Amino acid sequence: MAKKKGIGSRESGIGNGATGNGRSSTATSAPAADSRLPTPDSRRPSAGLTRDQKLDLYYWMRLTRSLEERLVALYRQTKVVGGLFRSLGQEADAVGSAFALERRDILSPLIRNLGAMLVKGATPLEILRQYMAKGDSPTRGRELNIHFGDTDRGFIGQISPLGDMVPVMAGVTLTFRMRREDRVGLVYVGDGATSTGAFHEGINFAAVQRLPLVVIVENNGYAYSTPIEKQTAARQFVDKAVGYGIPGVKADGNDVLAVYDVTKEAVDRARAGGGVTLIELTTYRRKGHAEHDNQSYVPAGEIDRWAAENDPIDRYLVVMREELGATDAEIAAIDARVAAEVDAATDAAEQSPFPQPLDALVGIYADPPAERPLWFREGSDRAVDVNERPEGWGTWQSSRTGNA
Amino acid sequence: MAEITYLEAIREALVEEMDRDENVFCMGEDIGAYGGAFKVTDGLLKRFGESRVIDTPISEIAIVGAAAGAGHMGMRPVVEMQFIDFIANAYDILTNYVATARYRAFLPCPMVVRGPSGGYVRGGPFHSQNPEAGFIHTPGLKVVYPSTAEDAKGLMKAAIRDDDCVLFFEHKYLYRRIKAEMPAGDHVVPIGKARLAREGTDVSIITYAATVWKALEAAEAVEKEDGLSVEVLDLRSLAPLDDDAIFATVKKTNRVLVLHEDTRTGGIAGEITARINESCFEWLDAPVLRVTAHDIPLPYAPQLEDFVLPQTSDIVRAVRRLAAY
Repeated sequence: MAKKKGIGSRESGIGNGATGNGRSSTATSAPAADSRLPTPDSRRPSAGLTRDQKLDLYYWMRLTRSLEERLVALYRQTKVVGGLFRSLGQEADAVGSAFALERRDILSPLIRNLGAMLVKGATPLEILRQYMAKGDSPTRGRELNIHFGDTDRGFIGQISPLGDMVPVMAGVTLTFRMRREDRVGLVYVGDGATSTGAFHEGINFAAVQRLPLVVIVENNGYAYSTPIEKQTAARQFVDKAVGYGIPGVKADGNDVLAVYDVTKEAVDRARAGGGVTLIELTTYRRKGHAEHDNQSYVPAGEIDRWAAENDPIDRYLVVMREELGATDAEIAAIDARVAAEVDAATDAAEQSPFPQPLDALVGIYADPPAERPLWFREGSDRAVDVNERPEGWGTWQSSRTGNA
Repeated sequence: MAEITYLEAIREALVEEMDRDENVFCMGEDIGAYGGAFKVTDGLLKRFGESRVIDTPISEIAIVGAAAGAGHMGMRPVVEMQFIDFIANAYDILTNYVATARYRAFLPCPMVVRGPSGGYVRGGPFHSQNPEAGFIHTPGLKVVYPSTAEDAKGLMKAAIRDDDCVLFFEHKYLYRRIKAEMPAGDHVVPIGKARLAREGTDVSIITYAATVWKALEAAEAVEKEDGLSVEVLDLRSLAPLDDDAIFATVKKTNRVLVLHEDTRTGGIAGEITARINESCFEWLDAPVLRVTAHDIPLPYAPQLEDFVLPQTSDIVRAVRRLAAY
């Protein structure tokens, strides 16, 4: 075999059987791509992770899944007032990639990157408050689901028009370069967003400027109901890198260590002045676009096959047991910690107040601090301070970062 | 001090602000080596270098999006739309991303989007537009549109120092046609304050940008020919609007013409008229009239463009009708 599998022989028989999406890393363009040719296991970036850090990867994936499962329960109780977006089966690509960043780096997540935000310091309590539209949510009830950010912790919230975060992150990384800061940006797009003008303009501009930006195309097979064959005539998304004159790398997005490896290499290259890398991570969206979506467009058996044969957490449990020697007790302890954290966050979120109507009028501009209510809306003039942050804002649990 | 043009006044503001604050930088198409399609940024590359005067690909989404990202990180980008008509390409990222950023995510976007706007220059449908109304309708953006060289400089400095996104419309007809001596010192014109361009007692014309000069011409004409005293209010800022100044002139003359070069339906004249109706109805002695462009794309041929855009004679007719009502 000429090219190395994303995670070595471990992967064979798990990922590739399902739909053919589980292909391992393939380089397509530019010199840096050669670094994906056979590399001894000892030289893979993930070989530099400590055992504790590797166990942390499991913690973050489990936390992502458990938190979403809790959200499903709250959704069914109508406590989630809007839509619910799952990343079931995609936890590895979010967690493994965010884990490759330093704390000072900034990422911009997509709707299936709850795991990346948690790694970057978003808390379960914030996520729950946000979904439940609470007044002390990170956006004070103004925005939905995981649409929030905190530049101090290193994540910038997405908006719904897809691809827009690519040019925004080009501007963030342009600033890093102008200020000669040793920082890198990471932006996620889905397979569908690669069809937008914003994606094209943003990645092209970043490539021309050789900005320290990593662009991850999360190929989960579907954009809402649209399969990738209707999204692009390209053989694979990573081929688009050629057109931008940047390295392109493809990896198995359900192999958390492979995701970490390709992202870390791209991040290191960006930090060293090597410019933009396009990474395609192949994975599979096992739930619908959102909880309401019955996935009638999915061929029979496809979801079950991925669930049975290519679940990122199940796959990593094998690695943990066989290579890290993790015991059942260790794993159970992490699971228990996750469960306790999700329970505590749920209790706290349930206690959170809903926003006051007048708070809607605050903070559209830096100045004036508040809009006046229209004459036909009764109410007092009191509203929250525009510069005040919700309780818990900026919490950074360094013990959980898993990376220096 | 020598007089400088409207265009030079904008450049002077850029230079002064880039000297004052290292976080200020410029991005746009052909703004560096070439100095911009109208040469507004001429000389900036030589003075400030490639890292602060950035030539970009033809990518309005990327230019505006990158400005927003840089703004989040504390920079103060000033980006050029080569012609303001092309701001339509960035409409999504301006209205969905930039305008909402502070409100939905506490993300500041201290940035200026500037560009040559307006007609009377035989530019045809895509080099003559006045697209301000669509952005005034978007909460979260500020919009200014100066008519004098002094205001062009002072408002640009205010826009760069503003902590939110300011759309800075520059009228290309005025670029080299008007000149003024700049006020001494750090000349900053506050955003949101209108300017009384001419005092009068019989009829008020509320307008902005190039039509301020047409209003002044018309005012001179009716004073000479009809003995009418016309007040001209130059709005300068379109978002936020200076309601106090608008209501003051309405209460003074009781007869109001709202004038703009933009098309009629959905134009800002309708908003101003509505505000006057809500707040000053009992002060009016005549219906508020509008003089605007016709509701069509702006054609190229002089015979067509001149017919479509508001002219001094149109304003004179409207003022006479108001005075006689």
